[in-house]
Amino acid sequence: MGSFIALLSGLVFGLGLIAGGMTDPAQVKGFLDLAGAWNPGLALVMAGAIAVGLPAFAIARRRRTAWSGAAMDIPASTVVDARLVGGGVLFGIGWGIGGFCPGPALVALARGWWPAALFVAAMLGGMAIHDRWLAAR
Amino acid sequence: MNIDWNSFTPWASLAGGLGIGLATALYLLGNGRIAGIAGIVAAPWRAVLARAPLQAHRGSLAFIGGLLLAPWAWRLWAPWPAVSVDVGPGALIAAGLLVGVGVRLGNGCTSGHGVCGLSRLSRRSLANVLAFMGAGFATVFVLRHLF
Repeated sequence: MGSFIALLSGLVFGLGLIAGGMTDPAQVKGFLDLAGAWNPGLALVMAGAIAVGLPAFAIARRRRTAWSGAAMDIPASTVVDARLVGGGVLFGIGWGIGGFCPGPALVALARGWWPAALFVAAMLGGMAIHDRWLAAR
Repeated sequence: MNIDWNSFTPWASLAGGLGIGLATALYLLGNGRIAGIAGIVAAPWRAVLARAPLQAHRGSLAFIGGLLLAPWAWRLWAPWPAVSVDVGPGALIAAGLLVGVGVRLGNGCTSGHGVCGLSRLSRRSLANVLAFMGAGFATVFVLRHLF
């Protein structure tokens, strides 16, 4: 049951990304280009997602278990440190260069688009580099 | 500021966002997990590299499976949207490496910190979102307007 819910979640998530134009790096960079011809699309995608996310997390907070029976696993940390902010900055630079973030890149890769495949391969490499040499001890 | 009305499709953006929110709510209330793609990819990937069993990552792998099916499900009803990238292979590799290291250091990406973190009003996620948004705006400004 848990795996089925996860599969369905991933499918709907991916369809949302496609519908919202997020699998097109040109649209993402259009949003990040404040000084050029600005495309506010990504802000509306975020607003739509958070409009549903807010009540969902409010409900989840009052529940101990999910429908599948699994325990609610919501992050508890509130620490704002250099790793958190520095990681955000590195991610933002990479995002600005390519116009890809992890979810849309996977969806675009599945369509067989080579730039997304190249990006995902490098991203997996970056994750491995982090885990090998930069992981918090 | 001038808005690019040729590419901006407000209703499609909003509908896509609602779909992402719905999926996030389903994964949260159904499975008790945060729909943060960086974490969903990183956990099983780390297990693969460590040659550890993938049993514990069934949920993440199923979610990834759903993501990978999405473009094909989309194609049943609608044409695949036009996509384009304006940088070469070298830049894509650099972008991938930066994103891979960055989302692991910061523990999340546009979905984990952006959608989920902001939805649960996390101060930590807000700090990360401001950092990646600021860096993204600055990077595109430098690449498009200073060179």
